[in-house]
Amino acid sequence: MSDRLSVRKTYKLYIGGAFPRSESGRSYPVTDSKGRFLANASHASRKDARDAVVAARKAFPGWSGRTAYNRAQILYRIAEMLEGRRDQFIDELRQAGTSKNAAATQVDAAVDRWVWYAGWADKLTAVTGAANPVSGPFFNFSTPEPTGVVAVVAPDSPLLGLVSVLAPVIVSGNTTVVVASQPAPLPAITLAEVLATSDLPGGVVNILTGHRTELAPGLAAHMDVNAIDLTGVPDDDVPGLQDKAADNLKRVFRATDDWTQEPGTARLTAFLETKTVWHPVGV
Amino acid sequence: MTVFDYAPAPESRSVVDIRASYGLFINGEFTGGHGEPFKTINPADEGVLAEVACADESDVDRAVRAARAAYDKVWGPMPGAERAKYLYRIARIVQERSRELAVLESIDNGKPIRESRDVDVPLVAAWFFYYAGWADKLRHAGLGPAPKPVGVAGQVIPWNFPLLMLAWKIAPALACGNTVVLKPAETTPLTALLFADICRQAELPPGVVNIVTGAGETGAALVSHPGVDKVAFTGSTQVGRQIARTLAGTRKKLTLELGGKAANIVYQDAALDQAVEGIVNGIFFNQGHVCCAGSRLLVQESVAEEVLERLKARMATLRVGDPLDKNTDIGAINSAAQLARIRELSDAGEAEGAARWSPQCELPDRGFWFAPTLFTEVAQSHRIAREEIFGPVLSVLTFRTPEEAVTKANNTPYGLSAGIWTEKGSQILWTAQRLRAGVVWANTFNKFDPASPFGGYKESGFGREGGRHGLEAYLNV
Repeated sequence: MSDRLSVRKTYKLYIGGAFPRSESGRSYPVTDSKGRFLANASHASRKDARDAVVAARKAFPGWSGRTAYNRAQILYRIAEMLEGRRDQFIDELRQAGTSKNAAATQVDAAVDRWVWYAGWADKLTAVTGAANPVSGPFFNFSTPEPTGVVAVVAPDSPLLGLVSVLAPVIVSGNTTVVVASQPAPLPAITLAEVLATSDLPGGVVNILTGHRTELAPGLAAHMDVNAIDLTGVPDDDVPGLQDKAADNLKRVFRATDDWTQEPGTARLTAFLETKTVWHPVGV
Repeated sequence: MTVFDYAPAPESRSVVDIRASYGLFINGEFTGGHGEPFKTINPADEGVLAEVACADESDVDRAVRAARAAYDKVWGPMPGAERAKYLYRIARIVQERSRELAVLESIDNGKPIRESRDVDVPLVAAWFFYYAGWADKLRHAGLGPAPKPVGVAGQVIPWNFPLLMLAWKIAPALACGNTVVLKPAETTPLTALLFADICRQAELPPGVVNIVTGAGETGAALVSHPGVDKVAFTGSTQVGRQIARTLAGTRKKLTLELGGKAANIVYQDAALDQAVEGIVNGIFFNQGHVCCAGSRLLVQESVAEEVLERLKARMATLRVGDPLDKNTDIGAINSAAQLARIRELSDAGEAEGAARWSPQCELPDRGFWFAPTLFTEVAQSHRIAREEIFGPVLSVLTFRTPEEAVTKANNTPYGLSAGIWTEKGSQILWTAQRLRAGVVWANTFNKFDPASPFGGYKESGFGREGGRHGLEAYLNV
């Protein structure tokens, strides 16, 4: 009896809740740590990136308009779905060269991190907002609001790093376009399958695989992107991208987190605006 | 001819001693500059007030070094409680010298004494009082368990609120333990130099506050100086963009307070007389030289005619003239260049088909003046509806539904402020939630307070000034 031939997965992009191939028709080979072929990942074009921004912008009013309780539930649902695919992610991380124990630890940490961030949805306003004691007969309060469409260049920690940059962006109501790790993009697309089955509205998260040097400049310069997270960008490329980001005065976030450590709130607050509303007090 | 004419009620200039020339303020001393000195003039009569030193790169370098030394040796290590006492001293001296500051501000800037006396200077004192209290409580600000100062802050401020913008920049920076090098605008340097004297009266350690005067080149030298750890800028979006580019790739922290094109939305159920007062305050306060000015009036179609009628009647009572006259509502335009810009955009409004109206209004012969102006029949595509005019020019548009009001209000790359006028509370909250703007005034306009965060969305910049939020820019957390 011959061995069964496995059915391989075709890895595609994740844009607007759908899984299209790159409009360019290109792909690039992804290999494991020993150089063996794993899959042909979609090689997204600048047009794909623009399409993803359109999808993210379209999804923004609906996502930011949901109640924080609802966003919290959806993020928690993502953690549930991620947990359900625990073995699959461990396999994918092992293929990317992570040891079995380390892979399991990372997947568990990624699940826990979704849970951690999910809990922030309905607490951010209380923690970062304020009732301001102004000197006059006014009621005046400040509330955090999502910045808008956030582009994220993900780090090369293919699951835990990705989750750590993604969850804090969307939990507050932003929508996002993510450039996945270039050498290890496969877990990102598997994560897209998790997102697609988690009640997360299409377009809230859009994931592109391909070359950072091709995708990041377009996103940094895009006039309808409000903020960019440069976590996965090598230092040498930062000045050029920041220069482009100045075109529409994007918020630029640049940090090097240690994914193994418990996260703080810096990534949450980096993609928030503060709105202050005044009203007179009188009878 | 009105029933009651107002006799002139000029404020005396004698309280202010304007010197013939001013130097830079570096390391606690007034000193010369190596740039070409420039003259600051009174925009109300074009008379020269004083000659002011100009800082070139070497002077900026001296100032940054002085700030660094003061940061390392004195101000950074100083306990917060001690820093607080210096800031309280400054606040008190501002109050003690309030008349002098207000008169000088009005002379150098052209703004009415009524505003410099009742708005600018009291807010300056309030800002120092507010942030003084933070200096020894930073660990309790909710910004992390061990907040640290950033270092030397390079700060560039505009000419529309010279002293108030100085306070917005210097008070939180000092409270957080930073030292500063501040560049005031070249058309309004005098109150910053008077503030230097206040620092000396407060016996603030030398180098904690340094003031370098000059124009754009001085500002550029300051912003790009490698010894500056944090840059704060208030001004035009165009310059803000340049600064963001200059800082690309550096680890300098940056906050920007840039332009705006605020919509002031008047619903049909608004208390119309109050709304009219708010509209007037929104656009004619400080000659419209306000980044958050309500320069686009969005009025619901059903009441547009009535609002316009009342607005025109109210505008006809505005008194334009001598900034030092306590009856004056609208003072002088700050500079010839700004007057030219206001004229150019107003002419474009007419050329593009909007209808221009101003009340009967006699303007002085000398100085820079512009009558309060109203444009109707404005389309969203007109330049006067898109570009920041920074002058007493109001563009009126109409809407039918709340959704249309919000769509039009948000149809701008700016996102600094907005106004809402309605008696219906739920409509205020609905509208406020949907407006992409950092400050929303409901049934009021142009209110400021140190306890209240201020700052913009989108191309109006990033970061907040005021309140607990305002500390974040000056701390590493």
